Parts: sequence; structure tokens; C-alpha cells
Amino acid sequence: MLEKALTGSKKYWTWVFFLLALAGVGFLAYLKQFSYGLGITGLSRDVSWGLYIGQFTFLVGVAASGVMLVLPYYLHDFKQFGKITILGEFLAIAAVSMCVLFIMADMGQPMRVMNIFLHPTLNSVLFWDTVVLNGYLFLNLLVGWTILGADRKGIAPPKWVKPFIYLSIAWAPSIHTVTAFIYAGLPGRHYWLSAIMAARFLASAFAGGPALLIILALIIRKFTKFDPGKEAIQTLGKIVTYFMITNVFLFGLEFFTAFYSGIPGHTHPFVYLFKGLEGHSEIVPLMWASAIMAIASLLILIFPQARKKEGVLAFASVLVFLSLWIDKGFGLVIGGFVPNMFEKVTPYWPTLPETLITIGIWAAGFLVLTILYKIAITVREETAGVEIEH
Amino acid sequence: MPYSAKGEKVMSINRREFLKIAGLSAAAGIGSVAIFDRLQKNALEASEFSAGPDALNAKKWAMVVDVRKFKTPEDYKKCTDACHSAHNVPDFGNPKDEVKWIWTDTFDHTFPGQEHEYLSEDIKHKNFLLLCNHCENPPCVRVCPTKATFKRKDGIVMQDMHRCIGCRFCMAACPFGARSFNYRDPRGKDAKGQPFIKEENPEYPTRMIGVVEKCTFCTERLAVGKLPACVEVAPAGGLVFGDLADLKSEVRKILRTNYTIRRKSELGTGPAVFYVMGDSGYSVVPELL
Repeated sequence: MLEKALTGSKKYWTWVFFLLALAGVGFLAYLKQFSYGLGITGLSRDVSWGLYIGQFTFLVGVAASGVMLVLPYYLHDFKQFGKITILGEFLAIAAVSMCVLFIMADMGQPMRVMNIFLHPTLNSVLFWDTVVLNGYLFLNLLVGWTILGADRKGIAPPKWVKPFIYLSIAWAPSIHTVTAFIYAGLPGRHYWLSAIMAARFLASAFAGGPALLIILALIIRKFTKFDPGKEAIQTLGKIVTYFMITNVFLFGLEFFTAFYSGIPGHTHPFVYLFKGLEGHSEIVPLMWASAIMAIASLLILIFPQARKKEGVLAFASVLVFLSLWIDKGFGLVIGGFVPNMFEKVTPYWPTLPETLITIGIWAAGFLVLTILYKIAITVREETAGVEIEH
Repeated sequence: MPYSAKGEKVMSINRREFLKIAGLSAAAGIGSVAIFDRLQKNALEASEFSAGPDALNAKKWAMVVDVRKFKTPEDYKKCTDACHSAHNVPDFGNPKDEVKWIWTDTFDHTFPGQEHEYLSEDIKHKNFLLLCNHCENPPCVRVCPTKATFKRKDGIVMQDMHRCIGCRFCMAACPFGARSFNYRDPRGKDAKGQPFIKEENPEYPTRMIGVVEKCTFCTERLAVGKLPACVEVAPAGGLVFGDLADLKSEVRKILRTNYTIRRKSELGTGPAVFYVMGDSGYSVVPELL
């Protein structure tokens, strides 16, 4: 099926080469980082994880959210998602690819990555995260490719794939739970040491991922002959609404516990992120932008009349995505490191090479996504009108 | 000398590196048996400094910092300098990329949450010595995905520089900020051509870029019967090092007869560094080292 990615319109190729160029610039910046060291980034002794790990965390959520299409279709027979589960599965593949690249970019000794498997360490959450992420990547490749292949031939997919589908449904929340455990089990990191961290991760993932899927579905409809379906998009809108409400609610719970208890260690990261601490307020505008976009998106989404207009839904989805991208892709990591273990404030801001590498990895991920979606959409265009039960 | 969890293979190394390490071991007159073991497979069993006949041994190494004995910033500087020059700790010249094994800070940063505005002038202005706590229950060891950081039988928390992948999970996990990452190549030079390691100590290995390092309680010195470098140069009784499991040890004597505190003991990591507080007439506001 790969050959379907090799033929396309001028627009398609322009987009592909644009992404390739960005990825290339990112790769050049990475070569610089590889020789100079991670000192080229804004990371420091005090803030030892930053943009890379933030993006990794956010993208694990995007990957997990594929299940929001797969679950309703296979467990609830929600037929409208039948045509587009593939979009969720292929988005998961692209997102996990980006996760892997961000981890590699963040490693001090990337050539030693196999040490994780040579010396498997069961007590390390990072070991388990590697296992579940690779497992999830494998499941989505297997399921997505098999089903699309069957669709193309106009036959029902083989029966053996069903157990893998059910497994992938259970697997999706696990990848984000384990990712949350990277943070939630560390003594002395007040912002992360929260029992509801995994719940927050899942809520934000199941809001942000489907928001991205709505945007992607609308783009697909505009540029191709494949229509993901009006009702499917509206249902995604409902999913985004409920999980965004849950996400904002859970974040509110963190606020309550921190400020009503008044325990200084628990309040400091929130104060740093939303007000500034010891004269440092670099992150404050971003965090407020995230908070305002979250509230604004909810004010739109909770009214069905507004949500039903696709343009408005698209706008709200962009707000949700950006809000969560800031909160999870940036604020979450920084809030864990500032103030540091000595209750001192060391600010962090990504450098230019770090930003270029980050953009490059996103471009590489979108290239994977573009190629996979091109294949899926071409198959869908060819088999338009044929409904196949999976 | 690289360290590794017992009996496990580390990354293969090239001939040049091997010769360097082999030569070094020979020069120091310590453990070279392990090196020849794996030679044929072109893989080196990273060995610890094997204990010599005079080696100091303990069931659980611990340190007491008697802050009363440190009178001037110079007293502290001797300790930090001795450690950093003995262990080839690089100076990258900026706080962002800083590598440090032992350093000083004020009371409110050393014991966050214990400070209040009516502290004695002495405590308020005094510096405290900070280093790895070699915890009983170390979070860094718990999170490391490759066992590059591990706890020895004598309680010392070690770092295998040849296995570390530089993920920095241990830095996120350590509640004491004891760990440093080589954000740059410690064997390199700055823009002016000055080496980051001012004077290299040939008896101790340098590290490579992109790995995490920290205080080791001077295992290389204990192996040949010497006390840790900082203990040796501290004012008399300022730093006491000994076996926590030995009732008759100097450490236990001090703990029995003095009120001591540990950093963030509420987190349950079980730090093995204890502090004897009290006034020492240290009333000048010193500069941080």
C-alpha cells in the first residue's frame, strides 16, 4: 500500500517537502547538539528536563487518544467511527514516533539507548514506559495496516486481528498512566507528587487528541474526496467537551489542595507558574494563555448550538489543543523543577537550537502522519460507498 | 575507573580507552584482574576499585557534619576543593552547566521548611555543607532504567558512568539536588582554550559528555584505607566518617551524644549524612562557595 504515498498532487508534494525541510533543519541543529552536548539547550542542573520531555509527555497523550475512536466503534458498535478508526490508529503511530524522537533528543548518551533492554530494570518506570510505548506502536501498526489492507481488497479483516484490537483498547490508557507515573512517584517534586496525576493525564489526552482529530478530519474533508462524516466529527466534539470539563475540574482540584492546605511547597510551583516567584515570571503569560484558552473553549463547547457549527467547533478545538499543549508540553515539566530542591528559582527557557530540534521532530512526525493518512485516504477514496464491517 | 553493578557487562570499549584504563589501574596498583577477564570478547568488565589489604570496610557508611567546627568559608572551601580536584570535577564556568559533588548553601536552602525569621544570626548566616546523602532507600536507584546507579552493600550509592544513558531521571528523583549532568564535554576546553578540568588528577578517571555524576563517598580512597578527601581536610571533628552499624564507631558516638538532623528526612529516603547544629560564633555574612 506504501506506493499510494508516492503519487500525489502538487499540493501534497509541496507539503511533504516543506516538512522535510523543517525536519532537515532540526536534524542539523541536532548534529550541533550531539557534538556540543545538551548544554546547547536551556536545560540546567536545576531544570534538567524541559521542552523535549514536555513534548514527549504531551504526545504520549495524543497517541493514547486514538482509543477514543477505536473504543466506541468496536465496543459500542458506533458505526459512524467505522471509516475513521484508521485516522486514530495512524495518528497514534505518528505520535509515538515523535515520542521516541523526543526521548532520543533528550538523552545524554543516545548511542547507549539499548542499555534499557540490555539491563532491564523492573523498578524503573522509564523501563516500563519504553515497553508500553513500543507495544502500543506495534499494536497500532498491526491493526491499522491489516484493516486498511482488507478494506482495500473489499473484504472483511481477518478474525485474528480482533484480539489485538481489544488489547490495544486496554493498552491505550496504560501508556499514559505509566507516563504519569514517571512524574507522580518522585519524592520532593511537589507539583508532580499527586495521586490524580494519571487521571489528569488521561483527561487532557482524551480532550487534546480528539481535538486534533477534529482539525485533521476537517482538513481531510477540505483537501480530499474522503469525508470523515459530519456525525463522526460531532461525536468527537462531544468527547472533547466532556474530557475538557474533566481536565479543568481535575486541575482545579490540585489548586484547591495546594492553596486550602496552604503548605508552602505545594503552593510554590503554582505561584511560580501563574504569578511569578522571586522576580521570575517568564512562564506566567504562557500559563495564563493556557488557562484563558481552556475556559474560552469550554464556554463554546458546552453549548450544543455553538458546537454544532463546524467552523466554531474547529476554533474551539484549536483552543483546546493549544491550551493543553502549553499546560502539558511545557508548564507541567517546568512546574516540577521550579522552585528546585533548595526552594530556589532557576528559570528555564528553550534556546534556538532546542526550538529548531523540537520543530524538526514535529515536522518528522507530521511527515509520518501525512504519508500514513495519504495511504489511508487514497484507499478510502477508491472504496468510497463500500461499507465493510470490521 | 568505571563502576558497575556486580558481574554485569558494560559497553565494550575501544583499545585506546582500554589501555588508558588498564594503565591507570596499574599505576594505582589496583584491580586489574577483572580487566583481563573479558578481554577476548573485546568487552571490559567494569571493575570497582578492588579493596586492598588496608581497605576500610563498613556495613553502612555514614557521615556527620559538625557545623560548629566550621568557622570560616575557607574551612568549607578546603573540603569542596579537595573533592573536586581529586575527582576531576570539571568547571564549565557557568551555573547552568555546573557539575558539583559537594558544595555549600544557606540554612533555608539546605533545610527548606525549617527556616523562620527569628533564627539565630549564626544559623541564618552560616553555610552548610551539602553532598549526596547515600540514602538507605535511594529514589535515584529506584528510577534508573539501566541500573547505572545502584547501591553497594556498604550503603554507598554509586554511578556507573559507562552504563548511564543520560536520561536524567535520577536528577528529577533526587530530593537533595545531589546529581550533576555533563551538559558539555568535561574533557574539553572553553572558548579561550582553557581546559574545563584545570589540573587533571591522573589517578582518577575523567567522565565523558552526557552522563550523570555525583559524590561517591570516595570509594577509591576507602579501597586503599584512606578516609574521604573532604573528611581529611576538614577542621578537626568537622566531618566524621564511619560505620553506622558499628556501635563503637565515632559516628555512632556523636549521634548518641548530640542532637542531629538530616535533610528532608520526612521523605523517607533515609539520608546517611547527619548534621550537628549549634552556634560556632560564625556571625559574618559569608559569600557562598
